[in-house]
Amino acid sequence: MKCNCYIPSGCSVSGIMSESGRRQDGNAIIESISLMHDRSNGLGGGFAAYGIYPRYSDLYAFHMMFDNIAAKERCEEYLKDMFDIVRDEEMPTRPGGVYEGVTAGKSEEEGVCPITDPPILWRYFMDVPEARTRFVSDREYVVGQVMEINSEVEGAFVASSGKNMGAFKGVGYPEDIGVFYKLDEYKAYIWTAHGRFPTNTPGWWGGAHPFCLLDWSIVHNGEISSYGINKRYLEPFGYKLELRTDTEVVAYLFDLLVRRHNLPIELAAKVLASPFWEDIDRMPDRERRIATALRQVYGGALLNGPFSIILGHSRGMVGFNDRIKLRPMTCARKDDMLYLSSEESAIREIAPDLDEVWSPRAGTPVIGELDGEVI
Amino acid sequence: MASELPPEFIVKIAYDRCRRCKRCVMNCSFGCMQFTDRVVPEHKLCVACQRCVTFCPEHAITITKNELAYKENANWSPETRQNILKQAETGGILLTGMGNPREYPILWDHLLVDACQVTNPSIDPLREPMELRTFLGRKPDRLEFVESEYGEIDLATEIEPQVRLDVPVVFGAMSYGAVSLNVHRSLAMAAARSGTLMNTGEGGLHKELYPYSGNVIVQVASGRFGVHSEYLNTSAMVEIKIGQGAKPGIGGHLPGEKVDEDISKTRMIPVGSDAISPAPHHDIYSIEDLSQLIYAIKEATDYEKPVSVKISAVHNVAAIASGIVRAGADVVTIDGFRGGTGAAPMVIRDNVGIPIELALAAVDERLRSEGIRNNASIICAGGIRNSGDMAKAIALGADAVVIGTAALVALGCRICQKCYTGNCAWGIATQKPELVRRLDPQVGAGRLTNLLTAWSLELKEVLGSLGVNSIESLRGSRERLRGIGLDSQTLELLGVKPAGVGQ
Repeated sequence: MKCNCYIPSGCSVSGIMSESGRRQDGNAIIESISLMHDRSNGLGGGFAAYGIYPRYSDLYAFHMMFDNIAAKERCEEYLKDMFDIVRDEEMPTRPGGVYEGVTAGKSEEEGVCPITDPPILWRYFMDVPEARTRFVSDREYVVGQVMEINSEVEGAFVASSGKNMGAFKGVGYPEDIGVFYKLDEYKAYIWTAHGRFPTNTPGWWGGAHPFCLLDWSIVHNGEISSYGINKRYLEPFGYKLELRTDTEVVAYLFDLLVRRHNLPIELAAKVLASPFWEDIDRMPDRERRIATALRQVYGGALLNGPFSIILGHSRGMVGFNDRIKLRPMTCARKDDMLYLSSEESAIREIAPDLDEVWSPRAGTPVIGELDGEVI
Repeated sequence: MASELPPEFIVKIAYDRCRRCKRCVMNCSFGCMQFTDRVVPEHKLCVACQRCVTFCPEHAITITKNELAYKENANWSPETRQNILKQAETGGILLTGMGNPREYPILWDHLLVDACQVTNPSIDPLREPMELRTFLGRKPDRLEFVESEYGEIDLATEIEPQVRLDVPVVFGAMSYGAVSLNVHRSLAMAAARSGTLMNTGEGGLHKELYPYSGNVIVQVASGRFGVHSEYLNTSAMVEIKIGQGAKPGIGGHLPGEKVDEDISKTRMIPVGSDAISPAPHHDIYSIEDLSQLIYAIKEATDYEKPVSVKISAVHNVAAIASGIVRAGADVVTIDGFRGGTGAAPMVIRDNVGIPIELALAAVDERLRSEGIRNNASIICAGGIRNSGDMAKAIALGADAVVIGTAALVALGCRICQKCYTGNCAWGIATQKPELVRRLDPQVGAGRLTNLLTAWSLELKEVLGSLGVNSIESLRGSRERLRGIGLDSQTLELLGVKPAGVGQ
């Protein structure tokens, strides 16, 4: 079911990255997000993980959600036409999965919230046929297919479409979603997580975070008050904003700015959460010229409203806030690890002994980058 | 033959309060007030400009509509009957001034703005930065960067000239000749103080105002009055005037009696000669001709100034605007059918063109769907009355709005619609030295600056309530507008949902 109502969201976010590329299982991220149980309301949770499919790292891994078997068949017909499917399988899950650990909000009276009624969850490892990409790049082609499936194939939804990464999301508390998807069995060098507090709920699995396109993943706490113009800005570039949630614009804006316009991530973050004119006016010449041009040219991409966002991509993780920091974000480092979270407690829970803990300034991105190759 | 027209207004003088100071007699520029042993109004001459009312020290004057002149009739309004009588007496085209006063729907009044509650906090403009800075001009679709050998990133894309506005309102094009030099002085000073632009209109720029070049849009219209190389270069932006909202497809005529020494020099025409602007530019009969003029102006200004093309809002405005952008214009100014004028045939002003709200929505959507919205700024003119209209126009897609009538009202105009007579009692639409003198440019500039300051503050309040702190996040964000009392087709054309529908 693709929902037709717009979903503003509250929420918690958390992210863990090993900059040296060490992979670790999903237990830590589940523990971290479970501490912020009260920031979500059981109507959505999800994770993005990078480095989870080393055997298929050259293939596009599509995590799919289908409303019913007919939708799966329709979509598979389409995928067979458009891709070379190397392998496909049901997503491993624990139906009725429940987080066993202690969470702040769980009580005897409330009971536990097992994950039930999932859609059909299937994953496909696929290659792009050479004949199809004579005039477009692989990634451009994949973006086109994702847009097409999400907008045109009834009952089918692409949860993620990158290489060696995936999104695991659904309706429920995030820690339970993590158990449901068996994240303890995956190893990743970047984990991001989201607990959702929608104020308007269609109970749709696809509506949970993260939102992914290619290897971009976004978890987002907040509301994009500039959604209307961001959407109109993106549409002429071929993006179809079908999910009716403000978060997807963030994923698409990064895709546009970084992948298609080749902006360095730092500059892309300056577009989305631009410095104020009073600060730009005081910058040294070169920086002022760049910041002014970014605002002049990319005004439609400015994100306004309260948000704290963690962007994941295959080479790193970026955390950033809106221009006046209306939503929380705390960062910490320990050795090669970078932690980003809505609350410091959610970092301390999994890494009590930290080298450095700080709250980044409004609009200033915190960037984690892989030093070398994934170990 | 004596006119059969009854007076439109009745001037009542409270003789018990009148102290016979004759101030009303001196102030009335339409010759309505006679003094014998007391003030005697000639009602027929009154235009309700409110000059005498404002300046009577005893508040002894009231002007009322001559209500009893005609028998009630829903079909044959007094105005309709009066116009027929005028034409029967003269055989002429009915002339009028100011914008379309008829009761067409004002769509601004059917649009409502959103605000934040709980899930996204509103922002207090008194505590947080609130940015209105706007740049007019052609922007590239994307930026490219180069990395120097020291690893420093620098901009590789050359950006075409941009004009900075500190407030997204510019003053409308009103020519020297149609309005007095003191109006131009007031507008220029206020534009400089407020960080925005005044527009010369088609009558050139008086030498005295050349120091304000950074705040001036110089216009090139079909009459080419006062257009020379120095004029084009004494500007922030050059505007080619194709049309005017009040009189689409119609030229202009400045009667010779208004062409005094200064206007003659500024317009480069002999003293006392009529200044006639043809309906079309006689070198523009197609879009490719327009393109030639755009590039001729760019050559003449060394590609240092954005070139705007102003058109009136007509049925096919979206396609025309698209052509104009592709022809090389950096800014498109659209003037709606409520736009003002110093003189226009009534039949044109009252019946031709379309509402600016629809034209603006159509143009913005068209440019976006063609992927060329970044290539030009859109300026919305014609009927912007307050900061609410401005906010709605920006949300529909305008980069900036124009105020002409609102600016004149700030200077004293009472919208009596007699601009074309040259008798403006407020010193605005006149060249008579004794009337021009009534408008002190210092005072005028102060009042205009106040108006822009007030609108800026109000716009910041609107942005704050919307939970955004920059004008870019309102521009084109139609999601933040809702329509009320509009039919579904109008809503669709505006790209706005009906009130009551969430996101």
